[in-house]
Amino acid sequence: MTFSPRWLGLVLPLANVAIALAAAGLLVLAIGENPVEAMGIAFRGALGSGNGIGYTLHYATSFVFTGLAVAVAFHAGHFNIGGEGQALMGGLGAALVALALPDLPWPILLPLAILGAALGGAAWAAVPGWLQAYRGSHIVITTIMFNFIAGALLVYLLAGPLRMAGSMALETAAFAPAARLPSLADLAARFGVDLPRTPLNLSFAMALVACLAVWVLIWRTRLGYAIRTVGANAEAAAYAGISPARVTVIALALSGALAGLMATNEILGVQGRLINEFAAGAGFVGIAVALMGRGHPAGILAAALLFGVLAQGGAELSFEKPAITRDMIVVIQGLVILFSGALEGMVRHGGLVLAQRLGRKAVPA
Amino acid sequence: MRGIDKRFGAAAANRAVDFTVARGSIHGLVGENGAGKSTLMSILYGFHAADSGTIAVNGRDAVIGSPADAIRLGIGMVHQHFMLVEAFTVVENVMLGMATGFLTAKAERGVRARLAELAEAYGLAIDPDARIADLSVGELQRVEIVKALVKGAEILILDEPTAVLTPQEADRLFVLLRRLAGEGRSIILVTHKLKEIMAVTDHVSVMRRGEMVATLATGATSPRELAELMVGRSVLLDPDRNARPPGATVLTVEGLSLVDARGHLRLDDASFEVRAGEIVGVAGVSGNGQSELLDILAGLRQPTGGRILLDGVPIRPGDDPVALRERGLRHVPEDRLRRGLVAAFDAADSAVLGCTPEPAFGPGPFLDRAAEIADCEARMASFDIRPRAPTLGTALFSGGNQQKLVLAREMERAPRLLLVGQPTRGVDVGAIAFIHARLVALRDAGAAVLLVSSELDEILALSDRILVMCGGRIVGERRAGETDETELGLMMAGLHGRAA
Repeated sequence: MTFSPRWLGLVLPLANVAIALAAAGLLVLAIGENPVEAMGIAFRGALGSGNGIGYTLHYATSFVFTGLAVAVAFHAGHFNIGGEGQALMGGLGAALVALALPDLPWPILLPLAILGAALGGAAWAAVPGWLQAYRGSHIVITTIMFNFIAGALLVYLLAGPLRMAGSMALETAAFAPAARLPSLADLAARFGVDLPRTPLNLSFAMALVACLAVWVLIWRTRLGYAIRTVGANAEAAAYAGISPARVTVIALALSGALAGLMATNEILGVQGRLINEFAAGAGFVGIAVALMGRGHPAGILAAALLFGVLAQGGAELSFEKPAITRDMIVVIQGLVILFSGALEGMVRHGGLVLAQRLGRKAVPA
Repeated sequence: MRGIDKRFGAAAANRAVDFTVARGSIHGLVGENGAGKSTLMSILYGFHAADSGTIAVNGRDAVIGSPADAIRLGIGMVHQHFMLVEAFTVVENVMLGMATGFLTAKAERGVRARLAELAEAYGLAIDPDARIADLSVGELQRVEIVKALVKGAEILILDEPTAVLTPQEADRLFVLLRRLAGEGRSIILVTHKLKEIMAVTDHVSVMRRGEMVATLATGATSPRELAELMVGRSVLLDPDRNARPPGATVLTVEGLSLVDARGHLRLDDASFEVRAGEIVGVAGVSGNGQSELLDILAGLRQPTGGRILLDGVPIRPGDDPVALRERGLRHVPEDRLRRGLVAAFDAADSAVLGCTPEPAFGPGPFLDRAAEIADCEARMASFDIRPRAPTLGTALFSGGNQQKLVLAREMERAPRLLLVGQPTRGVDVGAIAFIHARLVALRDAGAAVLLVSSELDEILALSDRILVMCGGRIVGERRAGETDETELGLMMAGLHGRAA
């Protein structure tokens, strides 16, 4: 077993990001822009104003949900690539509740709509989970396919049964106000605090609660123990009397529920109606967030904030520097994924060698 | 090899080790798990580079940076876990890693010729076109030896070569090794079986904690002296045994059969019983149905025929390991890292594997981490598991301490019936004595124990009754003290009739 000091776990993700940003800087240089200036614009855009921070946290909220979703499945040893489709079905679940029961008061309707989002995502993920557990169909393949099915299903519903009468857009009618999550600016106004108007809403607080809940689930419950055992050693799980098949379905359903909750941010919190393609890639960013965060809620929160900064800062950057398009931001995200996921072992090796050298100097043999 | 040093992180695996093997001799290398034998051999075979020290082959300094260098210098290695491609034939496996050019036909002719020569010279007859998957363990080992000889090995390293052989197969191996040594080849025999060292080697070197503590002429030493050198203190090789008459029948097995998915009969009409206060040993060469028997009894596999009664009550097909545990059945699986523990967990998490439903570990859905750690500390204290660190990764404990963790978890829950598979595989001499004493104490406390082991010595030392399995059948039953290794060995090989 290799010896690996604790601080390495904190330093490595930062080193990975630094290398990814350096590589991105070279790219910016290659298209004839000043990377230092570009980075300055991006960070000011994301964190330099109350408005920017609001947007950054709004993006981060979605990434926390989808990141936690990937992490829960990952602890059970499965790669859930279907966060995108599960988020869309979460939106559908929330919309069905909100549109079917518009007359309920908010203390009942809002929790039901949130539950609808979780159930929609859970149901959509449980099917690939069941196929993996009892039919051996690989979850990576089925969850990817389910993304396409979810996208197509949503288009069909929004163009047909759920379309608002008289509208040409792919969207439903607006939900009753009782089904909407209040924005943080509105909440703050009640207490006499003046915040800039941004899409940031109460689902941000829900995301923080979800981080804590996932930590408790994975490390402090019997179910979490079962999930970790199945993920680490399915044979040992069977020996212990834990059914790997059952736990796989449960873990995938929980994973899908978290991905579905992403819809509370965009659909219940911002749009107030179900629209097409609202997940906008958050399901895929969640994979990177979970990898960077090493499956731990604290790490996922930090990684989601970083990707929130990239999303908001990138939007500002492409606005101010037309040469740097939004695609460039996708490239930078890709580089972060590359260095924190695929090439993680490379940096880790360097870190271990460094740690050993430092260790040796500290303790002369 | 002179002054070999090797460190892994903070741990010194080899410290200033000197090791010399004379041409034409069989040299034993013994030591506890983690004493540095494997590291030393890995350095000789080029898997690891030494931090310092020199290696000389035939008096000439040699740099061994990879197994390819080692092979060029005439060093061959037969690993404990065979390095063969199952889907390939014998010839294809022997050719693996040889320079053949683009087309292999010419090299293949050469290899076939060499195989024929070796078969002639040493009686090493193997069908060159047999598929590896179809060969027995003894034959696989011959393929490994032939592989090394074809590549021109003058120094042959064998790592625990007899672990999977019957005593008779082991004897044949030793005859072969003698003949190879007689022709001037040098054999290094890495083992923890002191009896083999005494039987076949000319010299023996003992390692302890990364250091070479002694090199002796085999004729001038004894198993007791070697055991004491290995652990650094005196050890008790045989546990006390004052068997009292056994009590009520705890486990009854009637006509148990298993046909696997490929249609092979793995377990054939096995019937026996185990009573309270007795240890029943199941002897047999690995792969003759013992593992399947354990799996079925532990509720991990469904039999295709027969029935099992625990305390007179039948086990139903739906009874999973959780239900069986509630009825007092505990199971120490044969392979601790495959089943008994989770390598990626810390010790505290591994110490409650299969026990999490117990109410002591938290209310409702919650798992009480503090209770888990306290439980692990108690296990570590009573089974002397080192280091006493519940939050240390399971994989960072030595094999012996990992095994003790599994044993403590299963044995300290007052089992009615304990199923034990290979309780001391890969465990050092000191820990073996401890584990044996604990098993005997559990029996004396009135538990029924079913012991499956491929170590005949262990079966003979612990069992009150011995069942012998061969080809999925129970081919014989003997009372302890009324049989010996030779008879059991013949029965294990299926050469002794079913007659009692």
